[in-house]
Amino acid sequence: MQFPSRRRKNNINPQTELYGHALQFYGQPPLENISLSEFETFAVDRLKLLKTIENLGVSYVKLSEQYAKKLETEFKNLNFPYRPDADDRKIQSGPSEYEKRRKDHISHFILRLAYCQTEDLRRWFIQQEVDLFRYRFNDLPPKHKLEFLHRNNLQYDTISVEEKKTLLDKLVNSSYAVSGITVEDQDFYKVPFQDALDLVRTRKVYLKAGYVYIPHQDIVTIVLNDFRTRLSKALALTARSLPAVHSDERLQPLLNHLSHAYVGQDYSIQKNVGKISLEQIDSLSGKSFPLCMRQLHQNLRESHHLRHGGRMQYGLFLKGIGLSLEQALQFWRSEFIRGKVDADKFDKAYAYGIRHMFGKEGKRADYTPYSCMKVILSNPPSQGDHHGCPFRHSDPELLKQKLQFYKVSPSGISQILELVKGMHYQLACQKYFELTHNIEEASFSLNHPNQYFIESQRVLGGGKDIKREMDTPQRSQDNAVAKGSGAAREAAANAPQGLAEMTEDLDSFFQDA
Amino acid sequence: MPSSDYDSACLPDLLPLYYRRLFPFSQYYRWLNYGGVQKNYFQNREFSFTLKDDIYVRYQSFSTQNELEKEMQKVNPYKIDIGAIYSHRPNQHNTVKSGTFQALEKELVFDIDMTDYDDVRSCCSAADICSKCWTLMTIAIRILDRALRDDFGFQHLLWVYSGRRGVHCWVCDEAARKLSVAARSAVAEYLSLIKGGEEMVKKVVLMDPIHPFIRESLNVVEHYFPRYALQDQDILGRKESVDKVLALVPEDILFTMHELQQDFQNAKKPETRWKLIKEQAKRKQVCNSKGQYFEKEIMLQYCYPRLDVNVSKGVNHLLKSPFSVHPKTGRISVPMDLKELDTFDPFAVPTISLICEELDRPRTGEEEEKSEEEKRKIRDFKRTSLAKYVKYFDQFLDGMAGSRKGDLLRKSDLQKEF
Repeated sequence: MQFPSRRRKNNINPQTELYGHALQFYGQPPLENISLSEFETFAVDRLKLLKTIENLGVSYVKLSEQYAKKLETEFKNLNFPYRPDADDRKIQSGPSEYEKRRKDHISHFILRLAYCQTEDLRRWFIQQEVDLFRYRFNDLPPKHKLEFLHRNNLQYDTISVEEKKTLLDKLVNSSYAVSGITVEDQDFYKVPFQDALDLVRTRKVYLKAGYVYIPHQDIVTIVLNDFRTRLSKALALTARSLPAVHSDERLQPLLNHLSHAYVGQDYSIQKNVGKISLEQIDSLSGKSFPLCMRQLHQNLRESHHLRHGGRMQYGLFLKGIGLSLEQALQFWRSEFIRGKVDADKFDKAYAYGIRHMFGKEGKRADYTPYSCMKVILSNPPSQGDHHGCPFRHSDPELLKQKLQFYKVSPSGISQILELVKGMHYQLACQKYFELTHNIEEASFSLNHPNQYFIESQRVLGGGKDIKREMDTPQRSQDNAVAKGSGAAREAAANAPQGLAEMTEDLDSFFQDA
Repeated sequence: MPSSDYDSACLPDLLPLYYRRLFPFSQYYRWLNYGGVQKNYFQNREFSFTLKDDIYVRYQSFSTQNELEKEMQKVNPYKIDIGAIYSHRPNQHNTVKSGTFQALEKELVFDIDMTDYDDVRSCCSAADICSKCWTLMTIAIRILDRALRDDFGFQHLLWVYSGRRGVHCWVCDEAARKLSVAARSAVAEYLSLIKGGEEMVKKVVLMDPIHPFIRESLNVVEHYFPRYALQDQDILGRKESVDKVLALVPEDILFTMHELQQDFQNAKKPETRWKLIKEQAKRKQVCNSKGQYFEKEIMLQYCYPRLDVNVSKGVNHLLKSPFSVHPKTGRISVPMDLKELDTFDPFAVPTISLICEELDRPRTGEEEEKSEEEKRKIRDFKRTSLAKYVKYFDQFLDGMAGSRKGDLLRKSDLQKEF
């Protein structure tokens, strides 16, 4: 006799169960065989997606309308799942929802292999995956959010009604989004502060005795934190099994290429060592340095000193433009000696740091000059500091005065300030480049101070634009992003015709982005 | 209490005496051993020494208290820093496979340095301090101590005078020692309100609603503000100072404030001037418009603690050890008893010359009857001004021991052991 099984689960196709939800924590690796070409396509597509996320994250406020719209376009173009209840029925030529989810799953795990190897790669990968996850989780309807939480065992205690009443004022005043009604209607969870670092860091939540009190509506930050932690641990584990993967000759070239492509040019390989003389630096700082470095140089000359943050940012930049270690030592030493530091002290306290920058001390890591992303987002300047990005970290009034002092036209200054207001810091710097070099439109998309220097030298040296593949005339502020999407569409259309060709497209895509 | 004149040239003679007879090694070991609960906790701790002629040695580690004593008495370090607890003994780090030698745990620390306030204090600058600006440290300690205890739930905080121009806080709770880099940086940012470098004029911006943490901090600041800022620093006295304050007032207020300028001229007393500013602020708050909290922002910019986030972030960051000597001032980095915070005087902190001199002073009473040998065995700090600080340190250590016992009891209760 057959009893109808009450546990319907047993009857469900395990595959549907695996991809039963659009979003996942990537807890289980895929367990199937796939073709090499699928392996390649999936990986490259996901990388393009993550790169788009990175670019959008700098140019727009995350989760704003423009951000969301642009990201959605990218999802569509690359065939990644972006709407859980997607009108699967209505569709459409192209992959099904199930296939998109499968691609999402597999591509994530492939990129783990490529991005687990160094601290920098891991940090980048985690940051983009977290942003991606944030976007997709946010997009889920509330019911699905709850479902997701339960599926993934995030259980936290709620506080009693009495406690809510006692804490009412504090809860309302801790978060812009929490009103008296929120407190009454919603459950509040008590979460250890270590699990909600983003909320603690920005002080957007009530914290008492080591616990944060979170309304149900804000549970996303907790989830993100959890996601980040899990991914971080997973990458560490993956790194250990890497030797086995690398021994597979089919995979090794692609994985290597993927991990180098993300950064494009990192200016770590000095091409012009010794071609710059110390005497040239003053004049170069006025002509070819981006504003951040010009500012640092000026402050160094004026006070004969720079604090650690400034020394790192400026020192690495100088390395990138071609200063040798000996030149660097001489440069810093002669300047510091003019100030309060005597030669002896310099040799003891500061020389070590400079040699460290060039990879001659400590763990001998050859540090790469900071990209704009790094300057803008990490280590903000505080009292006594002059580093950072002037477009991001300066008082707008002071920035204006500085630009006036550097003889930028009033209309140019307003354009720059507009861009700064819209938080488009790299575009503001690019505008500064255009104004100071007297050109209409820069032929590149600024993302690195050393790139600024090279392009400036190119313009001043008379060598006009090197023909670039993707030079489509889209003259708008969305330059960088639009080009990126265009390239993605193009490259996707050119689909797998062999590894070499695909990775070529990848290269040029990243150089323009 | 006067301190004996200190001359840094005497350090080579004073340090051996200090380390042989005064440095509280047994309390120091008791601290860093943390009850011996975790295996190799003391053995895997990094120390660094700064020796004569600025020679700096890292990755020092010791198996026992005795080993530590012997080494310190041998090399007589000018400065001692404490680092993290690593995965292996730091003094063997070169023998460990590259990549596996890692910093695992360390106390959560904070460093408040008076030079970070140079833009808002007029009495001193750079390495100098005086009784007027010392209030900034008092304010910083009150605010941070409250927040670390009430908001974060930490219990075992050791505040230490750095010896010259600042204070350090060592958060020694087990949970604190195990915090990740991300968590440390989140805590430090939660506690930070002053944003901006040289290029930023207005360093504090408050939005609605005002977070309970900020409210509590404002309570502390408001308590000290009249005496510290209006009187001692006289920020509304001279024209340049007044201008600096007014630079933090929103433009629209200044615009309609021709009267305010006039009123300022008429009102010479700083308290009256501040009252005028507060009245303008109240008016703006009633309208609930942008920049309405500017009078609070001004108070915070002048008084709120300035942390160096980088010091707190790193698990492997090295920080000056308590009971280390400050080579420039000779003062001992002593733990501070917060019950006496308002009367703490950095200039009364004993110097190494003072306590060495106190060693030689004969004591009356029973002590004289003891033999020379017995006298030497008694830890000599008890005869000096250092005594009260070591006693306070003992209380702090008792507190931690009590917590550990409580934790063990709880654990065994859960496991139903008898």
